[in-house]
Order: sequence, then structure tokens, then C-alpha cells
Amino acid sequence: MTSAKEFDDEQGVSLWQDAWVRLQHNRLALLGMGVLIFMIVIALITPWIVPYSYEEQDLMLGAAPPSMAHWLGTDVLGRDMLTRVMYGGRVSLMVGFIATGVALLIGVVYGAVAGYVGGRVDAAMMRLVDILYALPFMIFIILLMVLFGRNMLLLFLAIGAVEWLTMARIVRGQVLSLRQQEFVEAAISIGLSPWTIIRRHIIPNTLGPVIVYTTLTIPSVMLLEAFLSFLGLGIQPPQSSWGLLISYGVETMEEYPWLLIYPGLTLSIALFALNFLGDGLRDALDPKASKD
Amino acid sequence: MLRFILSRLLQAVPVLLVVITVTFFLIHSVPGGPFSADRAVAPAVMKALNAQYKLDLPVWQQYTSYVGDLLTGDLGPSFKYPGRSVNEMIYAGLPNTVELGFYAMLVAVCIGVVAGVIAALKPNTKQDYIPMSLAMIGICMPSFLLGPLLVLVCGIWMDWLPVSGWGDIPGDKILPALTLGSAYAAYIARLSRGGMLEVMSQDYIRTARAKGLSEWVVVLKHGLRGGLIPVTAFLGPAFAGLLSGSFVVETIFQIPGLGRFYVQAAFNRDYTMIMGTTIFFSTAIIFFNLFSDVLATWLDPKLRQQFQGGK
Amino acid sequence: MKITKIVPRLIWSALIVSILGACGGGENNVTIGNRESVLHWGNGDEPQELDPHIITGVPEHHLMIALLEGLVLKDPTTLEPIPGVAESWTISEDGTVYTFKIRDNAKWSNGDPLTAEDFRWSWERSLLPALGNQYSYMAFPIKNAQAFSTGELTDFSQVGVKVLDKLTLEVTLNNPTPYFLQLLDHYSMFPVHRATIEKHGEPGERGTRWTRVGSFVGNGPFILKQWDLNKVLIVEKSPTYWDRDTVKLNGIHFHPTQNITTEERMFRAGQLHYTNVVPPEKILNYRENNPESLHVSPYLGTYFYRINTRVKHLSDARVRKALALSIDRKSLVKNVTKAGEIPAYTFTPPNTLGYTANLSESFNPEKARALLAEAGYPGGQGFPATEILYNTHEGHRKLAVAIQQMWKKELNVEITLLNQDWKVYLDTETSGNYEISRAGWIGDYVDPNTFLDLWLKDGGNNRTGWSNEEYERLVFQEAPQAKTQEARYEAFRKAEQILLDEMPIILVYTYVSKHLVHPSVKGLPGNLMDYPSYKNMYLSDESQSGLQ
Repeated sequence: MTSAKEFDDEQGVSLWQDAWVRLQHNRLALLGMGVLIFMIVIALITPWIVPYSYEEQDLMLGAAPPSMAHWLGTDVLGRDMLTRVMYGGRVSLMVGFIATGVALLIGVVYGAVAGYVGGRVDAAMMRLVDILYALPFMIFIILLMVLFGRNMLLLFLAIGAVEWLTMARIVRGQVLSLRQQEFVEAAISIGLSPWTIIRRHIIPNTLGPVIVYTTLTIPSVMLLEAFLSFLGLGIQPPQSSWGLLISYGVETMEEYPWLLIYPGLTLSIALFALNFLGDGLRDALDPKASKD
Repeated sequence: MLRFILSRLLQAVPVLLVVITVTFFLIHSVPGGPFSADRAVAPAVMKALNAQYKLDLPVWQQYTSYVGDLLTGDLGPSFKYPGRSVNEMIYAGLPNTVELGFYAMLVAVCIGVVAGVIAALKPNTKQDYIPMSLAMIGICMPSFLLGPLLVLVCGIWMDWLPVSGWGDIPGDKILPALTLGSAYAAYIARLSRGGMLEVMSQDYIRTARAKGLSEWVVVLKHGLRGGLIPVTAFLGPAFAGLLSGSFVVETIFQIPGLGRFYVQAAFNRDYTMIMGTTIFFSTAIIFFNLFSDVLATWLDPKLRQQFQGGK
Repeated sequence: MKITKIVPRLIWSALIVSILGACGGGENNVTIGNRESVLHWGNGDEPQELDPHIITGVPEHHLMIALLEGLVLKDPTTLEPIPGVAESWTISEDGTVYTFKIRDNAKWSNGDPLTAEDFRWSWERSLLPALGNQYSYMAFPIKNAQAFSTGELTDFSQVGVKVLDKLTLEVTLNNPTPYFLQLLDHYSMFPVHRATIEKHGEPGERGTRWTRVGSFVGNGPFILKQWDLNKVLIVEKSPTYWDRDTVKLNGIHFHPTQNITTEERMFRAGQLHYTNVVPPEKILNYRENNPESLHVSPYLGTYFYRINTRVKHLSDARVRKALALSIDRKSLVKNVTKAGEIPAYTFTPPNTLGYTANLSESFNPEKARALLAEAGYPGGQGFPATEILYNTHEGHRKLAVAIQQMWKKELNVEITLLNQDWKVYLDTETSGNYEISRAGWIGDYVDPNTFLDLWLKDGGNNRTGWSNEEYERLVFQEAPQAKTQEARYEAFRKAEQILLDEMPIILVYTYVSKHLVHPSVKGLPGNLMDYPSYKNMYLSDESQSGLQ
């Protein structure tokens, strides 16, 4: 009989490799991944490659359609749209990743603890989650942003505080079912400490759904930020996010359609990419994949 | 089953209490009272206003007085609209939001289920990719992007559909319902696709086919029931989402619904209106979650057994 | 074809057919309205209330002038006082006693005759401290009115309002007040029906049900027919109004239109005869393609920035002037606001009832830089962080961003922006927690006094911490006691000169009112207070419906 370590190492490696192979077959997912990486890279190097400053105005010019000087045109105050879309991407992606990160951290820890400890502690913890689930969070977020002014930190916390619940549920579900599996029982009977078990057996096996869910949370977080910005509660000028740019573009979409099209297109593409990638990951990591 | 429902209802009470308390103290802890105005308000006038709305009492006293009124179903007068009570405004706005939500849900379910089922029948082929990508549009385009685009194309360029109003012109409900419903159509498409895929690979489906039943019967009678379980479980959260989505859609299309009232109330610091709508929404969400859980349980034989057998 | 293919296709076809079926049919509001003489009016925000002694906004104002009428009206073009409920009046030699003769055919909408006592009672109610009327100050020129409104005085018979007989009202003022007649056209001076109010509660009780459809009794050209919250408010021609033969409209539908983009679309689709505002980006388009629909006229208001003179670096007048001189107002109104606003170099709009103050200096960046250096910040160095506060609004944002850039470019100073919701912004400004704050002031009546009396030391509308004894003497003593219009205006001019020399505010532009108006609407000449006279308006249905 193989030792516990070899046993689970074998399991882990073959699952990941298998998943990677499956992912490669999914062309949409690969496309999504490629687009996402491209966008992240651009967002990171934006300050060094922008042609203009994002607040530099040219009042005489006003809103101009795309031209050689301004590839994506200018907005009503004469600011270069390419620059603003790039900076907007930085902000939107940053909000997306950071807020999701917050949700991830809270959710994973909470869910893992609940699922592993089980019993009444688990019941109590999940009861709290149920209660929080029932709250109309959008309402609270709106209220919070309206009442406490708008700053980025509050935005992250508010969004993160909404999304962690489902993450916790998923992780807890996974951990619960894993815990009951034989190899964990075996590990316990050998005398491995709970921490080792969590680290070596539970977490690697929950990583799958967590990764999938994270990849799918990022777009909904970005949507949430865009939505708040549309209502005037998210990112504040002169900064911009894609959501904010879209809300400005909507106002003048008949006169200056490029103000709506480019930010709208970029946001949609980013969301598409993330969703396809997430779907692909889910199909790849889920053993019960669709075959027939 | 009955015990399940009752216990859930009982759980709802502390939740609501938390909601009420948190909201109340949040609102009262920040600047910008309801009577701030551009023209400076004379102190005597301010005093009279505050007294009439009990704003001169200590906060906790206002709270207990509010909860007391709540128990009799009185949500108080609106601060912003002096002649109206919050109850009245909710009754005025609610039917519109419900109607919008209903049509949106209809759109979502029709488009979503159809797309998802078609896709599931031939996975990983064009029949799968195309409907799913179309459904994706709903997820990836925010409602405030999709709505105006639909308005631009269908309302202005093509002049097919009215661009605002609700119930004034025939057809003015289509665009809002479509805008709000598309996001959920996408989720429902994915869920039904996933559910159908799982179900269609089950043994009992193969048996049905082997028995010679037509594909149609197999899909509808045997597949759909199991395949739609994840959809019913989703209805609860979907409802909550529709409510929040209604804020934006109602604003874009100028629909006099509760969502728009809420956002305005928040900006206007209309304390009582904010409280009233928050409580109302929370209650509605709790009930709807309960309803969808019951529905899911009823549809899923495994879960149903759990309730009839154990506990 | 397999069943699984047919059904989805059927569903799609059904959807498409129903969509197509729902389209294109039905006439729009303008067509029907022109035929039936019903006006569709875009009214901005949803009205709060219909009680004239409680409301405070322009949307409500429009409703009030449709449903009620005061002693005196304003001419739709010149804004001169013309008879309303009062058919004539006399003014005493010294200008402090007004005697009004109420016409004998003035009636309430339930048939009751209108009497002088109605006005006396209504004004008493309007000044009741418990009611919390934010415009009670309109009545303050009347003797002892202010004391009554604060509760100092509880016996209203001491206030300068006397009923001489059933149809004669005598009003005594503190000082000769040339603009007093204009004040009577403000809704806080409108009459209310006593029996109706007392039926539904106490006179001093806010928000009772007397204003509901079915209960509301008014004396104006229209009566309240229907009110669907946030949807539409409908009024119909009044059968009892004394001047009903002049009224040509059969009804008005007031549509709440908060979203200005949607409002413009509604106008284009022929759903509205009149819009509350025009989105700035559409103005050029209308000017070129549809100028008859675009109505732009000067408006009695000034857009400016308040400077908190209590803040150390802003207490130096040189700094304030430097900031003011480095704004290119012409560029702002041309490229940012675009509606034909007028760059402002005086606080009181030019030609306010014949009064024009001396102009302050216009765009002069060199002088600005020199002043800034003199004040101790050469080249902008060492200039403390300064923030512009404004209430959340597209237009304010654009201006603030543009001005921020101008200051950066001309003076090299770092300015930040902060926007807050209306209520929070008001609180912040009132409590003095700001450095520079966007502001606007619309005149309550056409007279320089309504602009210059803001700057009373620590006055509620001052909020800048600035005051000047000579200024106050000129505005609050010399002007009211002046014997001639000329002398009065001269006092105002001197006062305004002081204001503009010290610059506790930065002037930006003089407002213009801008609306889209369907060509079939007549009798809406446009005036300085943007005041529509519904009883004089009518619809001529020669024009086609909708605009393409």
C-alpha cells in the first residue's frame, strides 16, 4: 500500500494535469485566458505607455471622433479616450481583483473552518451566513456609499462583504464532503494533525471549485462596481472606471457614440473573457464533465 | 415540510430585527438631515420641523417609537413628500416593480430555459456554443449598457418600441423587461444547460430512450423535471437580484417603481422611506427564498425524502 | 423537422410578432394634446406636496400657479405686477400701506366666494412657526410678520394685515418696499381654503390630507384631477375661476422627468410639449437643425463659487482675486456649458429691473499670478491643498473639472474635487467645512435686493464668513430708506462694488433658462424668472406631431 503522502500526491497531480489537458480543448476558454492576460498586462504598464494624461483637457476640441491624434477620440472636455479607457481598466480590474480577493479570503477561511469542525459550530456559522444572505445587500451598499461618502476602501470592503457568503458556502460544502471521504479518515487515523490534513488534503481538493468561483466572481464584482458608478456612488471623477465611462457615454450616445462604444466594448470583452475562462475551468476541473 | 416552513419563518424574525436596527442607526449616524435646504432655514422653522418628525428626541427613543409603529404596520410619513405616508408610496410603486420583475423573469425563463436545453442536447457543438454565447451577452453587458443600446437601436433608430413610460403606450414594457431579464436569462441558460446535461447522462434517461419513447417525451417528461431543479433553487437569489437590477432599469426607463423610489430616498435622506423600503425588500427576499427552497425541495425527490423521512 | 427544433422556433416567432405588433401603433401625446387642448409638461422632479405653505421647489411652483392664485399676478413678458385676485390696489404716500380691492367674482373651486379674510387667515397660517414654512421670509416686509413667525409674537392682530371689509385688505409694511407686489405672487402668499384645511387637521399641521385629489380646493385657473405618484399629475380647467374665459387649455399633464436624457427623448417622440431642461450636448444639434424648438432666455440667477474666508490662505483677498482672475469664463460658457450662458462679472444679473452693477475684472492670468505671488505663493509654491465642493450633478462636475484645470494651468496650484449629495453638500457648506463650494442663487423676485441681502454677516445664506460693515449699512439701511429709485440703486451699486472688490465669491456665469418647446405651444414668451402663465397659454394644432 502506498504511503499517505505518495497517495495524495498522485491523486493531486493527475487531477491537475487532466484538467489542464481538458482546458486546452476548450478554445473559448483559452481565448478568454489570453484576452485576460493581455488586459492585465496593459493595465499594469498603463502609466508608462499612455499618450496623454487622463485629466489633460482640451476645451476647444471638445468631443472629437477617433483620429490619428486620438485613436479612440476624445470626451466632452477634450480628454483622450484611449488614455481614459486604459486607466479605467486599471481601476475596474483592480476593484475586481481586490474585492474578490477580500471575499475569497474571508469566505475560504470561514467556510473551511465551518466545514472541517462540523457539528454545532458549523450549524451556527452557516446560520449566520443564511441570515446575511437574506439581507438585501444592494440596498445596504447604496446606503453605505450614499451616507459615508465614496472612497475606494469602503467600496472594496462593501463589495467584498457581499460576495464572501457564497464562497463560504461552496468551500464549506466541499470541505464537508471531503472530510467524510475515506482518505481523510485514513489520514486522521494515522494521526496527522488537523492542520496538516487541511493543508495537504482538503485545500488542494477544494481549490478547484474555489478557482472556478473566484474567476466567476471577478466579473460580477466588476459589474457591481460599474453599477454603483452608474448611480454615482462608485469611483469618483476625475478618476474613471469602465463603469463610470459607460455612464457618461450613455448620456451622449447619440451625438458621440464612441464615448459609449469603446468603454462598453472593453468592459464586455473583459467580462466575456472571465466568464468563458471560468466556465472552461469548471468544465475542466469537474470530473463529471459532459461527454455524451 | 410544515415544520420546515415554520422554522424558517421563525428564523426570519431576528433577521428582520437586525435589518431594521442596523439600517436605522446607519441612517441616523450621518450628516445631511432631511430638512437641509438651499435657502437657509430659520431656527424657529427648523425647530418646528424637527419636532413634528420627532427628530429632536434622542436617537434610541426615535428607534423605539419607530419599532412601535412598525408593529402596527405603520411605516410613518415620508420626510420628502410630507403629505404621503411610506405605506402609500410603497403601495404606489410596488405593483410596477412587481410587474417589471414578473415580465423580466418571464423573459429570463423563456429565453434561458430554451437556450439551455437546446445547448444541452448537443454539447460542445455549434448548437451549444451559439445559444450560450448569446445568453452570455446578458451576463457580460451591464443593464445600464444594454438598456440604452436597446433604446438606441429599437427605440430611436428603428422606432419599433417606445423608450420610456410604463403602461402609457402599448409595448413600452418590452424594453425594460428585456433589459432586466437578459442577465438572468444567461444564468438560467447556464443552469438549465448544466442541469440538463447532468440529467441526460443518467441511467433512467437511457432507459427511457431504450424503451423507444420519442426524444421530445424524453426531454420534456423525464429530463426537464430533474434538469430544472438548479433553476428553481436559483429563483430565490434571482428575485433579490431582480430587485436590485430594477434600480437601474427603472431609472433608465423612468418607471415609477419601488426600486427608483428607494434610490431617490437614499439620496434625499428620506429616513422613513429608506427604512420602509429596506424592511419591505428584506421581507420580500426572505419569503421568496423560502418559496424557492420549498419549490426546489418539492421537485427534487432526494431532498423531499430527506424531509419526509428524517427530522 | 424534429420537435425540439420546431418549438423554439415557434416561441421566437411568437415573440417577434408580439414585439412588432406592439410597435408603432398609437398616437403620441402631442398629437392628442393638440387636438384636445391638453398640454404635456415635463416638470423635472416629482412634486413633494401641494400645500403652498410647505413646498419649496420649482416643480411645485408650477403646480401652485396652476391650482392657486394670489392677490397679484405677473405679466408673462415684463413681469410687472398685474391684477390677480385683487382687481386693484392703492399705495399710500409714504409707500408703507397697501390697500387691495378683491374682485367680487373670485371663487374657490367649490363655489365659495373669495374674501379678504381668506387672505388674512392664509397669511397667518403661512407664518405659523409650527408649520415650518421655509419661505415665510417672503412676508417679512409686513409689519411684525417676522416676530410672529418666530413665535415672539403670538397675537396675529398685531401683524400689519387688516380686513377692512369683506373684499378689502389693508397691508402695512415696515419700510417702503418697491418689490412688495412681486412678493405677493409667491406661493407662500397664496390663499388656502380654511374649511378644507380645518376639516383635515390643525392649520399648523404639516402633510395632512387636505391636498389629496378629491379634497383639494383652490382658486386658480385649473383644478386637481389626478395624481399617480411618479407618473403623472393631471389638472383640468376650472369651471369657477373668475377669468375662465381667458383660459384656453382644457388640462395640463405634469410629467415628472428627472432623467434629462430620457426627457429629451420623450420630447422627440412627441410625448411632451415642453421640457424642463435641455441636455447640454444636444443644444448644438437643436440650434442647427431645430431652432424653433429651442427656447433660451436670460434667467435671474448667478452661478458662483463660495470661498470660505475663514480658511487661512483664503482669508487674503489677493488670493481670492487671483483665483477669480485666472478663470476664462468665456471659454467655460462656450465649451463646457454651451447653452448660451452669460459670463458673470457682477453678482446681480445685469439689467435686473434696470439695475446693473459696475463690472469686475475679466480673465487676466498675469495679474492673477502677480497677486498670488504678492500673497506669498509665487508660482503656486506653498499653496495649501484646496478642495472644490459641489453637489453631485453632471453640469457642476464638468465645470469643476474645467476650473480645476484652469487653476492648475494658470496658477500652478493643486486643487482637488469633492462631490456630495445635495443634502450632505448643504450641510457641509452650512457648517463651514469647505474651502471652495459651488453655489447658485436664483432671485425670488426681480430686484437687486434679493441678491444683495445674502451677504448679511452670518446670515443663513451667507456661509462664507465674510462680512463688511459698510456693505451692510448700504444694503440694509441706506437702500431701504432711499427716497428715489436712483438713490436706491446707487446705494446698491456701491455695496456691490465692495463685494466685488473683496471677492468672497467667484462669479462664473449668469443663468439662462433652456427648454425644448413644441412649436404648437403659444403664449409662452419666456421671461427673466422663467415663469409660465398657464392661463395665457394655448395650443395651435397646425403643426405635425413628433419631430424626426
